Amino acid sequence: MKKFNVNDIRKDFPILSREVNGKPLVYLDNGATSQKPQVVIDAINSYYSHDNANIHRGVHTLSQVATTAYEEARKKIQHWINAELSEEVLFTKGTTDGVNIISNAWGRFHLQKGDEVIITEMEHHSNIVPWQMICDERQAKLKVIPVNDAGELQMKEYKKMLSEKTKMVALVHISNTLGTINPVKEIIKLAHEVGAKVLVDGAQQVAHAAPNVRDLDADFYVFGLHKMFGPTGVGVLYGKKELLDKIPPYQGGGDMIKTVTFEKTTYNELPHKFEAGTPNISAGIATAAAVDYITSLNWDEIHVHEQELLNYATAELKKIKGLKIIGEAREKASVISFIVEGVHAYDLGVIVDKMGIAVRTGHHCTQPLMNRFGIQGTIRASFAFYNTKEEVDVLIAALNRAIKMLV
Amino acid sequence: MTINERQDEVIEEFEMFEDWMDKYEYLISLGKELPLTEEAKKIEENIIKGCQSRVWLAADMNDSKIQFTADSDAIITKGIISLMIRVLTDSSPKEIMESELYFIDKVGLKEHLSPTRSNGLVSMVKQMKMYAIAYSSKV
Repeated sequence: MKKFNVNDIRKDFPILSREVNGKPLVYLDNGATSQKPQVVIDAINSYYSHDNANIHRGVHTLSQVATTAYEEARKKIQHWINAELSEEVLFTKGTTDGVNIISNAWGRFHLQKGDEVIITEMEHHSNIVPWQMICDERQAKLKVIPVNDAGELQMKEYKKMLSEKTKMVALVHISNTLGTINPVKEIIKLAHEVGAKVLVDGAQQVAHAAPNVRDLDADFYVFGLHKMFGPTGVGVLYGKKELLDKIPPYQGGGDMIKTVTFEKTTYNELPHKFEAGTPNISAGIATAAAVDYITSLNWDEIHVHEQELLNYATAELKKIKGLKIIGEAREKASVISFIVEGVHAYDLGVIVDKMGIAVRTGHHCTQPLMNRFGIQGTIRASFAFYNTKEEVDVLIAALNRAIKMLV
Repeated sequence: MTINERQDEVIEEFEMFEDWMDKYEYLISLGKELPLTEEAKKIEENIIKGCQSRVWLAADMNDSKIQFTADSDAIITKGIISLMIRVLTDSSPKEIMESELYFIDKVGLKEHLSPTRSNGLVSMVKQMKMYAIAYSSKV
């Protein structure tokens, strides 16, 4: 395996050499979406230039080629997340779609009046609202694991909440706002002890390490490809076969059926049962290129590099007067949220953008978490393996300059 | 002065700025100067929620002309609000309803009125016109 060298890696991502507002782009919004290596861009281009055809339908050559490539991508994801079977890997539109499929299909089938669903205070709205909706419908109760001041889940409270009434625990693997890495394996183990199932939102995790779904023993694991250097518009819902087999499909349409008459329709088998309609084929196929690319990298060294970026940026940010970091969990990914006393996040975001820096400002779709910390929003710098210490320096200089203008 | 005359005046002022720094420093100073809305008016009813920043807007009518007061928790948003108020306030409901705000584009601040910014400014302009419609029935 090649030694990790950030300057070489950056050459794989054409967008990283562009300028924004006359300054070299410093892209620190990886939590929102990651950039794409040339191989992924080429895969999309090549599909439309050479292989475009609908999949799972035609006997003609192109349809076969496209179907094979699409199913090949599914297998690559299967191996990457260590799923036992390829049919446990369902293609979706993204993380949100994955949560909604399970909250609807699994929730409507299994949740009864008085049952309980547990989520956490640090969930993204996309892992709150679907559960609120299905709990309302099924008259089930939604419970929330609180977060401590450091931005960690209060495990004692979680343990107290668990009972035979708990049917589902849905939680985020890495918080998009705080960077907290949750002890998912332990949470799953505890949930299983009371017979509950667990859905893990892996949207942020997949940019930092491959989730090992079998080691975690996750029942459902959802993520989008666009945060893991792949295309937008495609995501993955991993589910244990025995669970997916039991629940009825969520959407009806083509591809998900075996036979249709006006009296009765029989459903196709996994994974097609949950993949109604023509999917995002080009993105699905380009997924294979994304997985190939990331598996070619040295992840031990990337982990060290990302932790160095996190530690360096944290230390440098703390030198700024009035700056407070929101989320100081012991286990943390390279995501840093912060606020500056007397300065609004929006204003800082606008000014640093003028200096070519992309950061996210606002509530990050985690309003309950913002309420927990008594703030309106934060500025978030989220780092990927292609970011550098020099970029941290540019960010710090820009922040100092912006604060001087604003205060 | 008509609304358009005021817009032209703002455009002329902005032509003096050489780069974005000058422009934003001016906006920030406007934001700092904008009289704060009294807390009594910063009520839920008057809030225009954006994803990024919050804006409060209130309107009164004196001598058939509308007076706006507004505030925001973000200073750049406030600077832009200050320009909008300068252009629109003290005009008749009819003038406000028929006005077309071209100055934002001309002074290079169009990005702040893009819906993706979601800073409450787009909704604020809509709300200003709504006030004009509401007051026009009282004239």
